Amino acid sequence: MAFGICLFGIVMVLNLAIGWLFMKGVGIWGINIPIGWGFAIVNFVWWIGIGHAGTLISAILFLLNQKWRTSINRFAEAMTLFAVACAGLFPLIHTGRPWMAYYMFPYPSTMGIWPQFRSPLIWDVFAVSTYGTVSLLFWFVGLLPDLATLRDRAKQRWQQVIFGMLSMGWRGSARHWHRYQSAYLLLAGLATPLVLSVHTVVSFDFATGIVPGWHTTIFPPYFVAGAIYSGFAMVLTLAIPMRKAYGLEGFITLRHLEQMAKVMLATGLIVAYGYFIEFFMAFYSGNKFDVFLAKQRLHGPYAPFYYALILCNILTPQLLWFKKVRRNIPALFVMSLIINTGMWLERFVIVVISLTRDFMPSAWGRYSATVWDYATFVGTLGLFTMLIFLFVRGLPAIAISEMRELVHEDSHGSEGHS
Amino acid sequence: MSERRSQLFGVMGEFSTPEDLLAATKKAREAGYKHVEAYTPFPVEGLAEAVGFRWTAVPLLTLMGGVGGGLTGFGLQYWVAAITYPINIGGRPLNSWPAFIPVTFELTVLGASIFAVFGMLALNKLPQPYHPVFNVERFGQASTDKFFLCIEARDPKFDLVETSKFLQSLHAQHVNEVKDEE
Repeated sequence: MAFGICLFGIVMVLNLAIGWLFMKGVGIWGINIPIGWGFAIVNFVWWIGIGHAGTLISAILFLLNQKWRTSINRFAEAMTLFAVACAGLFPLIHTGRPWMAYYMFPYPSTMGIWPQFRSPLIWDVFAVSTYGTVSLLFWFVGLLPDLATLRDRAKQRWQQVIFGMLSMGWRGSARHWHRYQSAYLLLAGLATPLVLSVHTVVSFDFATGIVPGWHTTIFPPYFVAGAIYSGFAMVLTLAIPMRKAYGLEGFITLRHLEQMAKVMLATGLIVAYGYFIEFFMAFYSGNKFDVFLAKQRLHGPYAPFYYALILCNILTPQLLWFKKVRRNIPALFVMSLIINTGMWLERFVIVVISLTRDFMPSAWGRYSATVWDYATFVGTLGLFTMLIFLFVRGLPAIAISEMRELVHEDSHGSEGHS
Repeated sequence: MSERRSQLFGVMGEFSTPEDLLAATKKAREAGYKHVEAYTPFPVEGLAEAVGFRWTAVPLLTLMGGVGGGLTGFGLQYWVAAITYPINIGGRPLNSWPAFIPVTFELTVLGASIFAVFGMLALNKLPQPYHPVFNVERFGQASTDKFFLCIEARDPKFDLVETSKFLQSLHAQHVNEVKDEE
């Protein structure tokens, strides 16, 4: 109860921060020329990256026939949806005139103007809105048979009515299931390239610019790996308390946590390789602006952030090589928080260091966030947590019908699953 | 029955395992019944084939949605950038197609996904709040742990007494009439 009030308070902080922003404009944030992006874009990239693990778990692991995904896919998909919702908020509010955000969509206006389709910012609009829509569809299709179960088990009239409407009259006939499985498989196949494209497009926001530290071809793969890295960390951050609170240790077993730790280790190494190549290419290219920027990361005014990033994202996760650490739940929980912090720092380093130190010393600047920047960020954390809790309370957090299928297959020894 | 304006929709038998249901479905088809439907809480391998359902239009619809989405995406960008709102930037080509790929790709995926989901729902004739099978009280278990086989009254071989006996001979528990109330 106290926790609920606390959460409500944080969401109200978000409302207050956004309300004040709408009254005063983006001047209440720490952004100013040359730093036009600041926290809003750091948070946007961070949130959208977190969403990627949900799609990876539900789509890519489904295609790879990884049965262990069954106990975590539903709430990972919900996590995706809520993370995308939090992410979508930032580009919207950082436009300064959010009531004109619809200008970004191509619609036949009486002024006869159209969006610039050669701009990565417009690609972003399409990538993020498609990602949000497909994630919602995927989540809903997965929920459909479970909603029918809830309808049939509901005791109260209002529950029957609500779940009856949501389940659309699902009867589980063999023909229904056949089309359902076909659609689900196709959606998984579509979501897989989609999830890779989304963070690729997000990285294009940087990589197609000429700013030193952004203009590199390593960005798309390294952004995607980073997204999956932070997403799995967030799945662990949520799964560890949830399995304890709801007694789901039988479903989300130590083996699931260990598998996720392994994925984090693998993607963490790809991210480390990305950092290395960024440095290598700066010196190998001999471009003096790139070399200068690489040195600024190590010795500039924001160097502590860069070292913190290396500590959080590269050094600490190496502990995951040890089975003892992978099977130690408190250690994994702390590790997941460290990696989430590290991935946030990564986006901060990319956005802020490059913008404060580009070509001309006369264009250099400093950036520090204001209380409203922090209030908005903390507010979205509260919104995300609140949505997750409402979801876990109101809808099945573990896919019921998929779990039944798995248990049935298991009892007949047709597929290995431990 | 006719006074209450309710029609017979079919006869339904209940099974406790998917294997029993699958075997019974196959026997019903072998016995010559054509309008047979099986209901399960989770997808059962081979059951769709057993009720005589092989081909689904979902993949074709998805392909159409994807092709349609992609063509719309590229066509829109081409029309905007080259025809209706051309902006000359340093004399660069108006049809700068590589820059149009990301949006084309996203709209391909969007079109395909929407067609896959709404195509699946439409082919399943959902949403459909009422269906005669829901009149059987025990059918609530079809979404938890029971497996049902329904032989429909429109089947030419259907006969209330004979078909009920047939289902009982397949060791169905709880053979029920399914009534369709108008």
